[in-house]
Amino acid sequence: MTTSTKAAKIERLAELTAQNETSSGASLWREAFRRLKTSKMAIIGGVVIAAFIVMAVVGPWVAPHSPKALTWKDEVFLNRGEFVGPRGENWFGLDHLGRDMFSRFLVGARQTLLVGVVSMLIGLIIGAVIGVVSGAAATLGGAAGRRVDTVVMRITDIMLALPSLLLAASIAAVMGQSLTTVMIAVGVVQIPIFARLLRGSMLAQGSKDYVLAAKSLGIRKRRIVVTQILPNSLSPVIVQATLSLATAIIEAAALSYLGLGNPDPSVPEWGVMLSQAQRFFDNAPMMAVYPAVGIIITALGFTLLGEAMREALDPKLRG
Amino acid sequence: MSLLELNDVKVHFPIKRGVFFDRTVGHVYAVDGISLKVEAGETYGLVGESGCGKTTLGRAVLRLVDITSGEVVLDGTDLASLPDKEMRSMRRRLQMVFQDPLGSLNPRQNIESILSEGMAAHGIGANQEERREKIRAILAKVGLPSNALSRYPHEFSGGQRQRIGIARALVLEPDVIICDEPVSALDVSIQAQVVNLLDELQEELGLTYVVIAHDLAVVRHISDVIGVMYLGSLVEEAPSDSLYAEPKHPYTKALMSAVPIPDPVVEEARERILLTGDLPSPANPPSGCRFHTRCPWAQPKCKEERPQLREVGDGHRVACHFVEDIESGVLQIGTDRAAVVPAARTEDAGIEAAAAKAAEAAEAAEDKAVEEKSASVEATDSEAAETDSTESAKDSTAQGA
Repeated sequence: MTTSTKAAKIERLAELTAQNETSSGASLWREAFRRLKTSKMAIIGGVVIAAFIVMAVVGPWVAPHSPKALTWKDEVFLNRGEFVGPRGENWFGLDHLGRDMFSRFLVGARQTLLVGVVSMLIGLIIGAVIGVVSGAAATLGGAAGRRVDTVVMRITDIMLALPSLLLAASIAAVMGQSLTTVMIAVGVVQIPIFARLLRGSMLAQGSKDYVLAAKSLGIRKRRIVVTQILPNSLSPVIVQATLSLATAIIEAAALSYLGLGNPDPSVPEWGVMLSQAQRFFDNAPMMAVYPAVGIIITALGFTLLGEAMREALDPKLRG
Repeated sequence: MSLLELNDVKVHFPIKRGVFFDRTVGHVYAVDGISLKVEAGETYGLVGESGCGKTTLGRAVLRLVDITSGEVVLDGTDLASLPDKEMRSMRRRLQMVFQDPLGSLNPRQNIESILSEGMAAHGIGANQEERREKIRAILAKVGLPSNALSRYPHEFSGGQRQRIGIARALVLEPDVIICDEPVSALDVSIQAQVVNLLDELQEELGLTYVVIAHDLAVVRHISDVIGVMYLGSLVEEAPSDSLYAEPKHPYTKALMSAVPIPDPVVEEARERILLTGDLPSPANPPSGCRFHTRCPWAQPKCKEERPQLREVGDGHRVACHFVEDIESGVLQIGTDRAAVVPAARTEDAGIEAAAAKAAEAAEAAEDKAVEEKSASVEATDSEAAETDSTESAKDSTAQGA
């Protein structure tokens, strides 16, 4: 076969492949978003989260009554076990001190969201930094890098081995009782999870051929990490971030419930409300139900969205 | 002087064990002393069964794996001892095409970004616009439309992806391209396209190829010189036609006899050598000649002394103590090691009988190797899928061309 006919063939090939193709490329992120939009789980999760966020933002302004004022304290008789249930004026009834439960619920959403987001971010940011260092060292750092990785990972293993609630409780005990303590405690517990996840994901990507290809092109190691390995390692971390918002809210509620949260009990927060309701559960179970259901639905919303994102980002995982 | 020269290249992977800090408990001798020369403008084919170290050798040339010892000389510069920084700029002259076209392209980069990354790293083209111009020209050369630029790897077919891989190597204007199984992941119909494209590019750009493959038909079609690898070393090297016409090393003979001949009369009449046993573990290679555990002509000497590659006429190099004796018929084939099966006999019965007979003999020899296998590392596993196809090498590519 002569060169010219070969060249003609290749040109023909180019023509053929040019057909039926739009000129715009769809990146994996965009494809994932498209899949996410069509997922029922994502829609339900998204609506729940949106409602929660709206409540957290506008709650204090739309609350019909003051969440702190003991407006109806004369109507509640603790010693006789007489509580006030839902009524026209107070949709969720009154709490044990005669405060409007509905207003407390609305205002409390903000604290709950704040705790969830801040503690997730603490875990995500510190965890991701540790994970990137460890993952990059392990994949491209050679023998010395692998040693760095081993040391860092053993430390996170130790952190991972501690029961999260116990760790959080001891941090709270050392730092004193405050909302910040709760956020730090819950966040610290998340650090090793994010670190391990990102490092593992980077390790998996680091052995792929395209990383080898980038190396053989002569691209600098730092750039390989940033442009090749990291973008492909992020999806499990994004999913985990969403899911850990749910756990963070629950854990923060648990810590508040244990009395490690905000020392001022008049500031409404769902976990605090739950813990206050415990004492009166026999006579006024609804006092516990509202914050509990709030926590469950919000956590469910984040979990649904997280699971939907997991599927959207990696359709192969769908079982 | 040859463009690319390998002198006694060894790549030994340490086997690590340990709880906190890993101890080295042994080595996998993936590449164990290989010397070869590749002339400018020619194609050097490297064949061998899975796990023989051919991929590792290819990666060692590019220093994608650490070279334990030996020299890789490209145009007078030894790459093995080059500092990292200088190596990075040398990489421009030495590129690679990978086996898995999808896996070797970053799924989150579009084609323009994939192709321009290497150029940016080597300062080719003053700005992105200039680079884009060049990429368009290369894309046309490999038969891809220029609207491919803004698209992502998953939007292309297997053959197109491999052409993107080739384009990525080409934009750096390399002297040598290492093609690691460039077509084995592609459909047979697409294989011919890609092989022809490689051929065409070589003619036009004067490229030098090292083609690693297990498909004998592909290698024959594309190569000028072929090296046959077995367990980390070269057992035979010869110009392509001469190797296929007259394989001299026992391993090559067995390999060649596995290729079916597209003529039913010849195919029925010819004899085939069936090797028994598996490839010994590269973590514990046999003493002496690496092939003596499976060689039907093996002699006591083979166990003790490792044969070196030696010239046996017309550019044919063979690593076997007894080439001449086998050639002249002084040494007869030992039936306990391998069976010579006339293909005319009922296939299954012949193979079974041979396998049963050979199994006993092989067991004794392989016992040690099998034990070691459990301790061996993943390096050998990754290519496991290839074994079968070596035996049923396709002719379609040669025909398609």
